Amino acid sequence: MNSLILSVGARFLTGLFLLFSLFVLLRGHNSPGGGFIGGLIGAAGFVLYSFAAGVEDARRALRVDPRAIGVWGMAIAVLSGLASALASLDPFTGLWLILEDLALSTVLVFDIGVYLAVFGAILTLVFALEETV
Amino acid sequence: MSWVLALPILIPFMTAVLAFLLRGSRMGDLASVAGAVASLGVAVLLVGVVLDRGVVAGQVGGWQAPYGITLVADHLSAAMVLITAIIGLAVAVWSLAEIGPESSRLGYHALFQSLLGGVTGAFLTGDLFNLYVWFEVLLISSFGLLVIGGRKQAIDGAVKYVTLNLIATVLFLAGAGLLYGATGTLNMADLRGAVAASPDQGLMTLIAMMLMVAFGMKAAVFPLFFWLPASYHTPHYAVSAVFAGLLTKVGVYALMRVFTLIFVGDIGYTHEILLWVSLLTMLTGVLGAAAQSDFRKILSFHIISQIGYMVLGLALMTPLAVMGAVFYLLHHIIVKTNLFLIAGVSRRLTGSSDLYAIGGLYRSAPLLAALFIIPAFSLAGFPPLSGFWAKFVIVRASLDLGEWLVAGVALLVGLLTIFSMTKIWAEAFWKAHPKGRQPALADLPQSARWQMMVPIVALAVMTVAIGAFPSAFLDFATKGAEQLLDPAAYVAAVLGEARR
Repeated sequence: MNSLILSVGARFLTGLFLLFSLFVLLRGHNSPGGGFIGGLIGAAGFVLYSFAAGVEDARRALRVDPRAIGVWGMAIAVLSGLASALASLDPFTGLWLILEDLALSTVLVFDIGVYLAVFGAILTLVFALEETV
Repeated sequence: MSWVLALPILIPFMTAVLAFLLRGSRMGDLASVAGAVASLGVAVLLVGVVLDRGVVAGQVGGWQAPYGITLVADHLSAAMVLITAIIGLAVAVWSLAEIGPESSRLGYHALFQSLLGGVTGAFLTGDLFNLYVWFEVLLISSFGLLVIGGRKQAIDGAVKYVTLNLIATVLFLAGAGLLYGATGTLNMADLRGAVAASPDQGLMTLIAMMLMVAFGMKAAVFPLFFWLPASYHTPHYAVSAVFAGLLTKVGVYALMRVFTLIFVGDIGYTHEILLWVSLLTMLTGVLGAAAQSDFRKILSFHIISQIGYMVLGLALMTPLAVMGAVFYLLHHIIVKTNLFLIAGVSRRLTGSSDLYAIGGLYRSAPLLAALFIIPAFSLAGFPPLSGFWAKFVIVRASLDLGEWLVAGVALLVGLLTIFSMTKIWAEAFWKAHPKGRQPALADLPQSARWQMMVPIVALAVMTVAIGAFPSAFLDFATKGAEQLLDPAAYVAAVLGEARR
């Protein structure tokens, strides 16, 4: 698409989308948000960039094959669910590590996995579609 | 307890990751087979647990039902998980011979394993929304598998498949949303009580119909089946074999679960519709098959007509009929997958799937011909094969109710099935090859011969074994039907004795 406004705007917006997607991901634990919606927003940023600059540029900017991102996301999500086996709890039970004010958990790891899985899957589909159409 | 329920779902996904990371190499292919073996191991374990203790339930993340996601296995679920693992292993091995390095590099094995994970998840979940999620997982992986062959025809079939399935999924989601708004729960065991207690029974019937249409489309019943023959003859044979065996059965399973556990308030209405739908499904499927001349298209139409028998068992809703439906479901998956695998071998040997362009297999590949006879006659209901007992129970159940028309249609469709099977037999096996070729199994490379024939022989042996020793399987199906018709044990296992 040859639009100066879009191509200049996209560079700025893609970063903003990614930042916002991280915000939504982290906010998701106790408020609306989370990995799924965060991944969608992040993917939307790169989709916009691919509209403006072309799929080839978008792939180069992403640096990693989106399929690999998706699969690693799935691996992280599954492994975070398996972690509770070590504490002999039900699958996917959250394990917590509380450091002063900072509460870290396997639930967050799971959400990050979902984020990456959705992000990778959506970009795989959209890039493939744009390349064939 | 929860782990034995979660592992059958988790193992395929872990295998998918491994197979993707090793894609394109021999290790990736073998990882898929190894994962399938592991899945089979846990599935056997699960069936053992269910046989030992009856219905078992587990809560994911330790959140108690009805708030968390529940995984439940009764006899039906456990048997479906086991059969999924069996089919998964058989097709994973068979794939080694068919799937070339190109499809493998594109991630065939990863998609295949995610599909198995999705199917298993749908069989084990005790939560309606979670069932929706598994349907989505299934849809995405099956779409990938459909297009991975890469031919234009495959894309055409895939687009029809995805569009119609998306409509079904949206209807399902809308129904689930309405149900949650009206009852405040999506846990299936909890819904049983909540739906019965709802003051607005009209709305409940409406939701029941929405889910019936959604699941019916997935199960390919009349008049929502047209996506199936449009897409099943285009992808790799391994893909269509696993689709034919498992995908529509997820829809049938969902119908059986929802219309025995949740929506039993207005059986005279809902199950009457199911009855007519099932009769029309049986007839249109078998008549559609008669008009086809492509090996896989004939088999695809027969999936539809066979689905009719299973829905019929559910619609009659007597212990014997539901038992017949459960038995039919299990027998059919093995038989149908095997027929598609045999179609794949025949295609490989003769170079075409058009019945008029091939032939001579009886003379040149007698082993394949013998192996075709077993599932084909079982499908048509010849004694003493597994299909005979399945049809016998269903027909017997309809006669017990005095439903002469139903029994008549069931028998007629069986007869017409023989017609289609003899057509395949006469064209592909009996008559001489039009170009005088002698396609023999020995033409295949030795490794491909083993990878293709061992799964086919194994599935055929299972068909014969179910037919020869039906009582153990019928007992199992009877127990499954009892649990379906009286879900007290199911509800108690999920919600605990107190809330029964």
